[in-house]
Amino acid sequence: MAGPIKAKFVEKEHAVVDGVDISGHWNRMFEQRVITEYTPELIEKIADLPNAESFANCYQCAKCVSVCPVDIVGNYGPRKLYRYAQTGMDLTEAPELWLCTTCKNCLRVCPKEVDMIKIMPAAREEAILQGKFVPAELQQAFENTAKSGNPLGQPQRKRDAWIKDAGVEIPIIKDLARPVDVLWYVGSYPSYHPRGIDAASAAARIFSALGIDFAILGKEEKDDADSQRLAGEKGLFEMMAESNIATFNNYEWKEMVVTGPHELNAFKNVYPKYGFDRPVIHYTTFLARHLDQLKELLKHEVNVKVTYHDPCYLGRHNGEYEAPRKLLEAIPGVELVEMQRNRENGYCCGGGGGGMWMDSFTAKHTTMRLSEKRAMEAASTGADVLAVACPFEVSRFADAVKSTGNEHVDVLDILELLDKSMRGE
Amino acid sequence: MNIVVAIKHIPSIADDLPVKGNNVDFDSVDFVLNEFDEQSIEQAVLVKEAVGGTVTVVGVDMIGELDGVLHLALAKGADKAVKITGDDPAADSHQQAKWLAEAIKGMSADMVFAGVQASNDLDGQIGPMIAAHLDMPYIGGVSSVEVAGDSATVNKEFAGGVGAKYSVSLPMVVGVQASTKPPRYAPVSKVRQVAQTATIEKVAPSGDAGSGLTFKKMAPPVVTGHAEMIEGSSKDVAKKIVELLKSKGLA
Amino acid sequence: MSNDIFVITEHMDGKFSDVSFELVGKAKELASALGGQAVAVVVGSGTASNVFASDSTIQVDDTALSQFNPEAYGKVIEALVKDKSPRLVMFGWTATGMDLAAWLSARLGVPCAAYVKNIGADLTMSCQAYGGKMSADVAPEGDMAIAAVLAGSFPVEAGQGSTAATTMASPVALDGLKTKFVEAIKPAAGDVDITAQTKLVSIGRGIGSKDNVELAEELAGKLGATVSSSRPVVDAGWLPRTRQVGKSGLKVKPKLYLMLGISGAPEHLEGMKSAELIIAINTDKKAPIFNVAHYGATADLFEVAEAMLELL
Repeated sequence: MAGPIKAKFVEKEHAVVDGVDISGHWNRMFEQRVITEYTPELIEKIADLPNAESFANCYQCAKCVSVCPVDIVGNYGPRKLYRYAQTGMDLTEAPELWLCTTCKNCLRVCPKEVDMIKIMPAAREEAILQGKFVPAELQQAFENTAKSGNPLGQPQRKRDAWIKDAGVEIPIIKDLARPVDVLWYVGSYPSYHPRGIDAASAAARIFSALGIDFAILGKEEKDDADSQRLAGEKGLFEMMAESNIATFNNYEWKEMVVTGPHELNAFKNVYPKYGFDRPVIHYTTFLARHLDQLKELLKHEVNVKVTYHDPCYLGRHNGEYEAPRKLLEAIPGVELVEMQRNRENGYCCGGGGGGMWMDSFTAKHTTMRLSEKRAMEAASTGADVLAVACPFEVSRFADAVKSTGNEHVDVLDILELLDKSMRGE
Repeated sequence: MNIVVAIKHIPSIADDLPVKGNNVDFDSVDFVLNEFDEQSIEQAVLVKEAVGGTVTVVGVDMIGELDGVLHLALAKGADKAVKITGDDPAADSHQQAKWLAEAIKGMSADMVFAGVQASNDLDGQIGPMIAAHLDMPYIGGVSSVEVAGDSATVNKEFAGGVGAKYSVSLPMVVGVQASTKPPRYAPVSKVRQVAQTATIEKVAPSGDAGSGLTFKKMAPPVVTGHAEMIEGSSKDVAKKIVELLKSKGLA
Repeated sequence: MSNDIFVITEHMDGKFSDVSFELVGKAKELASALGGQAVAVVVGSGTASNVFASDSTIQVDDTALSQFNPEAYGKVIEALVKDKSPRLVMFGWTATGMDLAAWLSARLGVPCAAYVKNIGADLTMSCQAYGGKMSADVAPEGDMAIAAVLAGSFPVEAGQGSTAATTMASPVALDGLKTKFVEAIKPAAGDVDITAQTKLVSIGRGIGSKDNVELAEELAGKLGATVSSSRPVVDAGWLPRTRQVGKSGLKVKPKLYLMLGISGAPEHLEGMKSAELIIAINTDKKAPIFNVAHYGATADLFEVAEAMLELL
């Protein structure tokens, strides 16, 4: 193919408008031209993948770019991906494939319903199936999940090791050998990560104080694998889903409470396609339902200014914006302030869609981490505490407040704040 | 470059091995891929990636469950899979090597890879025996392979990091101790896709050979000595070990 | 046909390995029971071979045999064995013997037993297979057999002596070999020498993942020990090869060998069984290591290691 055909320009020597001669060099304009150097092939390559059809819908309005969290720290956005594909980028081979966190803010504003939440996993799966580049740290998370049942690569038999220091009895459903009201799915990070364990222990104390009849799966619990699915390892997700559903169905319980929004999304929105259809709610929703009883327990003042970060998978993906705020407002002494980007337009922490396991890779393609951007936004509200409701976030933001010089901002899960108020520590 | 990987499906030693008569009770054990074959498959794929060609994985189907192993190999980068329908869980290394050699004969192999050994190689390993049947040179204990033109340079390990580098005119058989890079992760998506789409070529076993060994007895080894066992919880065990070490001036 | 017992010895840089002497000692015992001779076979070039207590020693001498070359050695041994028809040919189940024993078996159509731990006067062989979990007694058919014997099975001293070697030229032409020795590979320098350590914390497959190696490092740090491992840990890339104990690794004799998650396959035992104090932690109460260790515990290595850290 010959080189790109440049558009011709014309300059009118004289432009007369309403009898006034306004000629000048600025009076230059381009002629229309036929676009020949762009091919639809690489767009079709993506749009032909199952579930990625909407990629072809893009008409380049760029609404998505202005809300894309990755664009704010880099050069990204669904519109740009479409344009790059038009000009020769094979998305399945490009680093751009791995930058999307599936935060869903683009889909919220897209007039053409270009659905990156479906496009990205499909394109990533294609890259994985074709043996294209996959960030090594992500591969490690996949391998850990397949071998150890959690992306951290921690031993399965230590999954419930944290419960001995929680300070309250935490029944394992297998040992209990009777039906329970609530099956609490703890999650991988709350089970293994030190900061996650803090939140899990707080949750256990709250459930216990509320007199909830609950139990956990203990050593039988395995990762939900939803983020692995969004990162393209659908087979791994299916393998884990089949195993988890079998475990869930082994026991009698009325309702499942999850610590993490990603687990909520998995069990509520995706597992039903694999035959699991039982009630699942996030802990914020669950506790908000017990708000009156909970308020009686919140005896101690926690005198801090708090700003709340909406997790993408709790807010945009599952529509829960109010319960976390109600819980925070119920804590005596807490002053809740909002960041500029909140609720439906909340900024992403960068951990979704597999981003949790691609920090080193992402760092090479962005000017700062999404979590750092968000930590700065939180600090700018003057808040003492950045409150979160997703187990991915505590460690991410704890690092980010340090690296951006905002150590004075405490990063705490809402569970930890409730626990503080309850115990007066 | 035609690369063949000869694999062994062997009884798992993760659990106790049941005995029936004078041999392992093959009907009540799980079969797994020989762990050295994972290294061998990886090494073959690495060679293919370096110089081009195709990798064909071939194994004897001992109990009718080899497909899963072959799918995994395909997901890791092998191009073709062949199973020899042996259906004899007691087939020894001599018999398997003969069947494999007969199957490999028609493949115009430039290199044949095999795991350096397997835990059930009571009558020796398949690698050197395949080499004997195909009249190819064999080198085992190999931890790196480089191919240039029609020769390969391999590093053989003796012990403790001491080894030797050999140059071999192809074709040859390589007994892999460890692949140059640790075996790669096969995405489950890929394994599942392969399981649905791959065709596994079936080959009838051809040629008789046996170890010439008669099994007179099979049992867990007679224990000549036994450790003094420390009982109790993990904390008790730790405490006793620390006390023991302190009493001997080792901590 | 004879009742002679051939031992294919192995040597490097002019020095014979212990297993060669072990086999010669056993061969003498078998030969006297069978009424034959124990013959040490040395394949090499200019090797000083009058070191064995064999009834006779044959040295096949050729410059093409100066370094181990499986193709050349195989051809020589095949021709020699065909010519002399011994009752039994013994190899070590070692890096070199493993290249030859099964190959020779397939070439000659002669039975071969591997992982051999003991041989009876009727040539019944006890093999320690399945990772050391099973002992099989097997009897070879026919007039000739091959045994590939685990190192450390017999005493070294019984094979040491000064029998003069009879030197002969290679019975086969050694030109046109497809395999060429290029160079020796020496151990990578820079890492600690585990053979020089008095205390080793040795980890096996039970350690589970690379991340967990840290725990072993921490425990070793508290004990003033160094971390070593069994082969799977090295093959997985979790530790460098310089840390490997066993047949394909190094032989160690520390004052303390604390084993975490090593089951004790014969290949590993070869490298550490003469340690002064062996303590083994393993979740499998039937792990063969408990037959060798001085102290053992059926426990979770992580829990024990963490509890030890608190106490040290």
